[in-house]
Amino acid sequence: MTALRPHAEDQYADELALLAAADDRPRPPGWRLSPSAVVTYLLGDGAKITPKYVGPRRLVEVAVSTLVTDRALLLLGVPGTAKTWVSEHLAAAISGDSTLLVQGTAGTAEEAIRYGWNYARLLADGPTDAALVPSPVMRAMQTGGIVRVEELTRVPSDVQDALITVLSEKTLPVPELNTEVQAQRGFNLIATANDRDRGVNELSSALRRRFNTVVLPLPESADAEVEIVARRVAQLGKSLDLPEVPAALDEIRRVVTIFRELRSGLTEDGRTKLKSPTGTLSTAEAISVITSGMALAAHFGDGTLHSADVASGILGAVVKDPASDAVVWREYLETVVRERPEWRDFYRAARDA
Amino acid sequence: MPERYYGIRHHGPGSARAVVQELERHPPEVLLVEGPPEADELVRWVGDRGLEPPVALLGYAADDPRRAAFWPFAVFSPEWQAIRWAVDHGVPVRFFDLPFAYRVSAGANRRPPTGPAAQPDPGTQLDPAAQPDPAENEPGAALEVPGPGGDEPDSRPEPLRPVDPIGELAAAAGYDDPERWWEDVVEHRGMPAFEAIAEAMTAIRDTSPEDPEDLVREAYMRTVLREVRRTHDDIAVVCGAWHVPALTRKVAVKDDTALLKGRRKGKVAFTWVPWTYGRLASWSGYGAGVRSPGWYHHLFSTGDDVVPRWLVDAARVLRAEGVPTSSAHVIEATRLAEALAAMRGRPLAGLAEVTEAAEAVMCDGERLRVELIDRRLVVGERLGGVPDDMPAVPLARDLAAQQRTLRLKPEALERVLDLDLRREIDLGRSRLLHRLRTLDVSWGEPDSGRRGTGTFREQWRLRWQPEFAVRLVEGSMYGTTVAAAATAKVTDAARRATSLAEVTALVEVCLLADLADAYPPVLSALDARAALDADINHLMAAIPALARTLRYGDVRRTDVAGLSTLTASLLVRVCAGLPSAVGSLSDDAAKELRGHLDGVHAAVALLDDDDLRDRWLATLASVAVRADLHGLLAGRLTRLLLDAGRLDAAEVRRRLRLPLTTGTPPAHAAAWVEGFLSGGGLLLVHDDELLELLDDWLADIADDVFGDVLPLLRRTFGAFASGERRAIGERVAGDRGARRSADATTLDHVRAATVLPTLGALLGRDLHIREAR
Repeated sequence: MTALRPHAEDQYADELALLAAADDRPRPPGWRLSPSAVVTYLLGDGAKITPKYVGPRRLVEVAVSTLVTDRALLLLGVPGTAKTWVSEHLAAAISGDSTLLVQGTAGTAEEAIRYGWNYARLLADGPTDAALVPSPVMRAMQTGGIVRVEELTRVPSDVQDALITVLSEKTLPVPELNTEVQAQRGFNLIATANDRDRGVNELSSALRRRFNTVVLPLPESADAEVEIVARRVAQLGKSLDLPEVPAALDEIRRVVTIFRELRSGLTEDGRTKLKSPTGTLSTAEAISVITSGMALAAHFGDGTLHSADVASGILGAVVKDPASDAVVWREYLETVVRERPEWRDFYRAARDA
Repeated sequence: MPERYYGIRHHGPGSARAVVQELERHPPEVLLVEGPPEADELVRWVGDRGLEPPVALLGYAADDPRRAAFWPFAVFSPEWQAIRWAVDHGVPVRFFDLPFAYRVSAGANRRPPTGPAAQPDPGTQLDPAAQPDPAENEPGAALEVPGPGGDEPDSRPEPLRPVDPIGELAAAAGYDDPERWWEDVVEHRGMPAFEAIAEAMTAIRDTSPEDPEDLVREAYMRTVLREVRRTHDDIAVVCGAWHVPALTRKVAVKDDTALLKGRRKGKVAFTWVPWTYGRLASWSGYGAGVRSPGWYHHLFSTGDDVVPRWLVDAARVLRAEGVPTSSAHVIEATRLAEALAAMRGRPLAGLAEVTEAAEAVMCDGERLRVELIDRRLVVGERLGGVPDDMPAVPLARDLAAQQRTLRLKPEALERVLDLDLRREIDLGRSRLLHRLRTLDVSWGEPDSGRRGTGTFREQWRLRWQPEFAVRLVEGSMYGTTVAAAATAKVTDAARRATSLAEVTALVEVCLLADLADAYPPVLSALDARAALDADINHLMAAIPALARTLRYGDVRRTDVAGLSTLTASLLVRVCAGLPSAVGSLSDDAAKELRGHLDGVHAAVALLDDDDLRDRWLATLASVAVRADLHGLLAGRLTRLLLDAGRLDAAEVRRRLRLPLTTGTPPAHAAAWVEGFLSGGGLLLVHDDELLELLDDWLADIADDVFGDVLPLLRRTFGAFASGERRAIGERVAGDRGARRSADATTLDHVRAATVLPTLGALLGRDLHIREAR
């Protein structure tokens, strides 16, 4: 595979095959795996199946059950909580194809959700089946697969509402040809939306009602988050061919601790309350702070990850709004970081950064 | 007819239903229920319409109400249902657990309290002032009162009993959560096989070590059982499933007597008190108790369609709060709950499934709405009631006792009470009144009319109103004595407070009402609010009071270390936030901030901590040079720094001149001078250096500018009292330099020496003039 990032169903093809072979529970129509096997695929079984998502089991169960009851699934969460990651793997496990994707942007047009036309054909032959360009949603309906809509709340409201008929009637009329496309069994839709975008293009209540909502949280414990970060950093380093830098677990733990403390507004020992900065400080950002710190250390440093390498990255991640976040960061440095003797070097590095 | 043993799970709705069915099928002659035998008298109230669950049996030591324990009953408690059935059918009921009297006296001289896991009664639990009752911390006692620790399956994780019987059964069945196992296997079937449960318990108890406290209690239970057997044939026993094997076992009489021998009995009193589902659930803090009384209530009172009815209720809760929730939502949520249960292999959707379904479908994944359902439905807001003619609660008794010792009688007519806090009895009265006020029993209202004549004087208007009795009952939720209840209430208020000002007020309440034990939680709340409060004015406003308390306060030296760290951390936060808070302020905001700056500055001087002082002054110095500062603040800061010796005269002179240059708008200059000189003119009369500085500065103003500056100066000096103005004028007019030198030379040693004998008498030692030459 030379693709920078292979699709989930290709990368984990052997795990999916393994699960399918051992799966003896009933599979809903159109599903490649039974619901509980899908849950196992996402969470791992501690042996052959690697965990794709580290988080509460009940959330994954609710998500999968939602798809079983042929309701659409809306994954909500602050940026960097693995929404897209989860939706991709769900699609791969359920329908074996995670490529039916509509990327929601402010410029997403209705054609991306319903269908478009090949205008050369349209002019030459008039409206025919051959002139029709189906959208990913339409193709998923025809094949009975899972279609994903990324960043649904960034899509303009009028375009969003094109989904209502699809989700409630499970059909997509094509008035020009006087036909319709009826969804085959197994069709469903997974949308992701960003918590921070609330109110930009809020879903209409009619559309909202068609979705079950699952909110993906930030990692619960520091250890879990350190594990996620360390694993992803290792994977990323491999796929980006970064020079080998021993990923200092202590540095990772420190970054994760700082992120968690600022995010929750409370020190890990629960003694001191803190102000939270405006940014989300997601796990994904922690990963990128460590990755860039490793790149710095490899290319410009002595090959080991020092606090100075991550300090500037952290500063950039924390201080998103120069006015208020700077105060938050300074207060954190002075009241918390300074008091920790083993963080001396980091305190100095952060002050200089 | 043989005896029947109904081994139940405390507060298990399935057990409750099954027990009633069994009783209907085999009506006994007498019913034995696990509970304190002293409360036998109170059973008759169960038939009273006024006694409405949730209620609790409250037992307390007659001589010390702080040592109390509660035995709560909800409508879905098997014990409650069994007692009700018995009362309705005229069957005598006896509680047959170890008497509370034994535990009260036993506690006095036995081992110290164990961990927080076993704090059963809300009185001690909420009230850090009261010594946690050792008796109640006995593992067995804590477990078996059918409330706090009574919930056997839940309490398993605590290392109280050697093993977790339900947990082991659940693990054997492949469940990781014992609660859910019990729900699936017993509660949801509606018909627990009591024999099977007893067998399982026997199997577990055979292989696990015994808790000594359990053995004593079971010995007593067996003794009662033997006694009852003599008079009745047909006996029904309702007790925790754990005890069933021990009761059916054959044990020699003398062994039981040996176990029970030598136990002293204390004097205890019992009464019914109203209870709430919230309180039932709040005990779950340590892993015991009922986490979802509302759900259990629903399970118990709803026959069929448990899930749809529950979700309909949830939808109504949401609608009541203005969240549009349609029937379609309920339908989809029901489907999801059932799909989830099927996927997890459960016979019926349980609380976890309906909650998750409601969250995904009806709440749009919003935490707040889920919490709303949790509060209103899962916990429920049901409040029990007791008949009016019920005997009084301990809090009321404690108050009556204090009224006697303090010679302060409740009177319906208003009267004024003058207190001299230097007298012990008046101090006690003042504390009592302040404490009662925190409990919303405003028997006394402080009369502000005569305040200020002395810090040791206090004036109150007293008037007793009948509804205070009700408030006392309400207050008894918080504790059994006035001090304990007030402490718990203040602690609670501190936890709920949303703004810094509220908590600062509570600090004062703690002082006035002498609630030393409420201090730590109030302080930590203060710390928490301070961290979150973005408004630096609030932070600064909190500091002076704390510094005063630290310096002069007589808080019985409660955790002064905590207070000083807190004050220090507040100051650090202020130092960190001040630079960004002083820029671009309006006149009003600047005025407010100036007041706070002065307050904090004075407080820092009181704190007597050089590090903090340095830090504060360094912050002020860095802020003072900023260009975007409001004139008032710039002037004030310069003055503060001058007084602190951080700026020399030359620098101050330079800065003084700046506002009067042409580049400065007049309003700014006026504010600057005002800020610099504010705080009264008296200092100018006595501080020669400052006066000289000002004098030089004034003399230095160029003639053509002076006319412009004059209004500014008038504005500032006009604010001084006329006497001060005259004194300043005289000072300037007089020859200062000459007088100073005269002062130095014309000291009359002989005259000065005449005061020495008097001074010596005052100081209590002989004073001599040392001959210098």
